[in-house]
Amino acid sequence: MTNSINEFEESDAYFVIGSNTTEAHPIIALRLKRGARFHGAKLVVADPREIPLTRYATLWLRHRPGTDAALINGLMHIILKEGLEDKEFIQERTENIAALKKVLKKCTPAYTEKVTGVPKDQLLEAARIIGTEEKVAFFYAMGITQHVMGTENVMSVANLAMLTGNVGKPGTGVNPLRGQSNVQGACDMGGLYNYYPGYQRVDVEENRKKFSEAWQCDTLSRDPGLSATAMVNAAIEGKVKALYVMGENPILSDPDIGHTEKAFRNLDFLVVQDIFLTETAALADVVLPATTFAEKDGTFTNTERRVQRVRQVIEPLGDSRLDWEIICAIAEKMERPMRYQNSAEIFDEIASMTPLYGGISHARLEQGSLQWPCPDADHPGTPYLHKGKFTRGKGFFSPVDYKPPKELPDRAYPFLLTTGRMLSHYHTGSMTRRSGGLHELCPEGFIEIHPQDAKKLKIAEGEEIRISSRRGTVTVKAKITRRVPPKVVYMNFHFAESAANRLTIAALDPLSGIAEAKVCSVKIEKMQPKKAAL
Amino acid sequence: MKVIIDGKVIDAKPESTILEAARKEGVHIPTLCYHKKLSPYGGCRLCIVEVEGIPRLVASCTTPVTEGMVVRTDTEQIKKVRKTIVELILSNHPNECMVCEQNGRCELQDLAYEFGLKEIRFVGEKNVHPIQNQNPLIERDYNKCILCGRCVRMCDEVQGVGAVDFSQRGFHAKIATEYDGVLSCEFCGNCVEVCPVGALTGKISRFKGRSWEAKKTKTICNYCGCGCTIIMHAKDGQVVRVSHSEDTTVNEGCMCVKGKFGFEYINHEDRLKTPLIRKEGKLQETTWEEALGRVAENLARIKKEYGSNSIAGLSSAKCTNEDNYVFQKFMRTVIGTNNVDHCARY
Repeated sequence: MTNSINEFEESDAYFVIGSNTTEAHPIIALRLKRGARFHGAKLVVADPREIPLTRYATLWLRHRPGTDAALINGLMHIILKEGLEDKEFIQERTENIAALKKVLKKCTPAYTEKVTGVPKDQLLEAARIIGTEEKVAFFYAMGITQHVMGTENVMSVANLAMLTGNVGKPGTGVNPLRGQSNVQGACDMGGLYNYYPGYQRVDVEENRKKFSEAWQCDTLSRDPGLSATAMVNAAIEGKVKALYVMGENPILSDPDIGHTEKAFRNLDFLVVQDIFLTETAALADVVLPATTFAEKDGTFTNTERRVQRVRQVIEPLGDSRLDWEIICAIAEKMERPMRYQNSAEIFDEIASMTPLYGGISHARLEQGSLQWPCPDADHPGTPYLHKGKFTRGKGFFSPVDYKPPKELPDRAYPFLLTTGRMLSHYHTGSMTRRSGGLHELCPEGFIEIHPQDAKKLKIAEGEEIRISSRRGTVTVKAKITRRVPPKVVYMNFHFAESAANRLTIAALDPLSGIAEAKVCSVKIEKMQPKKAAL
Repeated sequence: MKVIIDGKVIDAKPESTILEAARKEGVHIPTLCYHKKLSPYGGCRLCIVEVEGIPRLVASCTTPVTEGMVVRTDTEQIKKVRKTIVELILSNHPNECMVCEQNGRCELQDLAYEFGLKEIRFVGEKNVHPIQNQNPLIERDYNKCILCGRCVRMCDEVQGVGAVDFSQRGFHAKIATEYDGVLSCEFCGNCVEVCPVGALTGKISRFKGRSWEAKKTKTICNYCGCGCTIIMHAKDGQVVRVSHSEDTTVNEGCMCVKGKFGFEYINHEDRLKTPLIRKEGKLQETTWEEALGRVAENLARIKKEYGSNSIAGLSSAKCTNEDNYVFQKFMRTVIGTNNVDHCARY
């Protein structure tokens, strides 16, 4: 996030696209709800589904799944046409507006309505809110990123924010909502194939030299690494022989898990370090018992770049060990020791190698959390980014032209399946489904289907039905609801018995390697009546 | 703005109430319905004070300060009225502190103690409500409810859900759901957090330990990326409850259903407690020595045979920064590859 959570009650308007905020980020949603209800902020929600946030919305744009960039382009077209853009901001702080204007030329309200399904008058109203309100904050999540044009969708949001001058001041900004407690931190720490810690590129020789010296290692690879999705393909091709998985469950979370399963079975050696025997761990050659956050000391970095202290609550259960201790023990056995006394010492090394974290230490965090960039011990941290100037100097408009999703409904697979998260469950369910109360709130998966479609297919509420895509088949109970539009069905991916990701497609965004988990096509069939048991 | 409270001249913010101004100066005024996150309600009348020029006692939580206001918070009359209020509440409150989950953190109990109420002068009719617990997480025992309305305001003003409200009048007044149906809400548990008594309690924490027995640790929630500060209560190596922290950075003391009630997995019997190794096609329990040996041996063999880039690693968005840093350093130095990623994209 460019901005901070506690700024959003001051915003004048919100534009939320591809984020089921009340269910996936409930605490951030509280700010938006309060802003909209008590401070007169205008809330514009763009989502194909009737998510709970639409109840609080000034305006709900129900665009077709996968048409996000077309929708945003349409809004920008209107903003420019009505002269609502922030001319001063564009002039002083950005470049390449001409190229953007060129692409937007064709994105008239009529064209946008045709592509997205959003009526013209709603487009006009939304554009006027975004164009005229003083402080507009933009929010998005996986709803716009899990597409073949995921990166470009993000660029579209950035274009819209810059066009209206909503960057670099409190209560505004481009705010991706990150789905897991430390997904921001895992990226910051270099848990990425192309970056060392702190987004220092691995293909810059100077960086390689810096880390070689600090880590006293002259064998740091010059080869580009593989992204998670590329690792799966490389394992199928036999190029990746061994995989070390720490605290992840790709056999349920990956798109097209049939493909991932095939890849994992093809490995020579799989080691999984986790707290439960997950679907992924069940395939492993060695399973190493790790600890939960309640047994750990360390730090998490949240979605607004806030580094906070995680403190040990209980002793590790049984013979389980801390994740970093296990890794160090393997390193020791492989005769390249990595030795640390405690997590504070590791953090000091992080700070010494990562300018963004340079001024942070466990001791300092005891006095309160800090938001990066925090380059030195006297720096107070950074609540919002791009004040006065972008990281690259001027903000660059990257025009985006809408491309349809890879797989759209056809005669054989006539429904569009979209997937997501729900309030009472988390990711692959390994934690929440083992938390009695949460599990009881929603013990099994379901598929949302519009009453019109259910009627046509003669499907009753709660009926077990068969859903198939070109990649797999699952059976799941039907939930008949107008939350989804006709011809669109929706599933959560938390449930192994009805794994939505057996159906999803691993079509990748060439820029980021993210898969299009939000759009694929499926067919729906009634189950054969069960034969009476003999 | 100058205000005189108990003879002391204080500088109060113009928009503040008498209660806020007094508390800021450390003056003790008891309350039950007041909650700093919620709108003032003036229901319990415990915060009454004397204001010069006003012939009756006023609720300090709803009365704004004015220039030169002279306030007394602790006269004999005020004490008498407050004590009577607590007695009246207790006259319609079950005396079952011994088994009440709120014992030790109950605001009513604290007030009974403050006023030394060994006996209640008033004996009369008591409300009898069935216990409402037809949901997995929150038990509502309205026999203990004191009608402070904090849950109603929390649900409406903060959570924006409005699952409960007052119903009926006078002695029959109660907190109810729509048509007295089962509780249908987001189960954020913020009502449980603000309930001053034992009327709203978390079902999964029941009988897992008295409030004072638990070791309380301030940490960060492990679910979504909001990064809420929470307080985990643990007893005998088991996490038994999660409560809010007054921390103002991200969540301002609020939680969601996962943060508040999603902790049972931590001590779940399915937790892996020993390393497992595949022998004859099956995963079997083993020692750390053998498991680590097998990992090191195989990674070394594959590295030697097929090169560093034949090995890949997935680190975790659920692990700490320190874990992730060490993991990528291991992949880059010990293995010698940049094949490291995690599920940031799922």
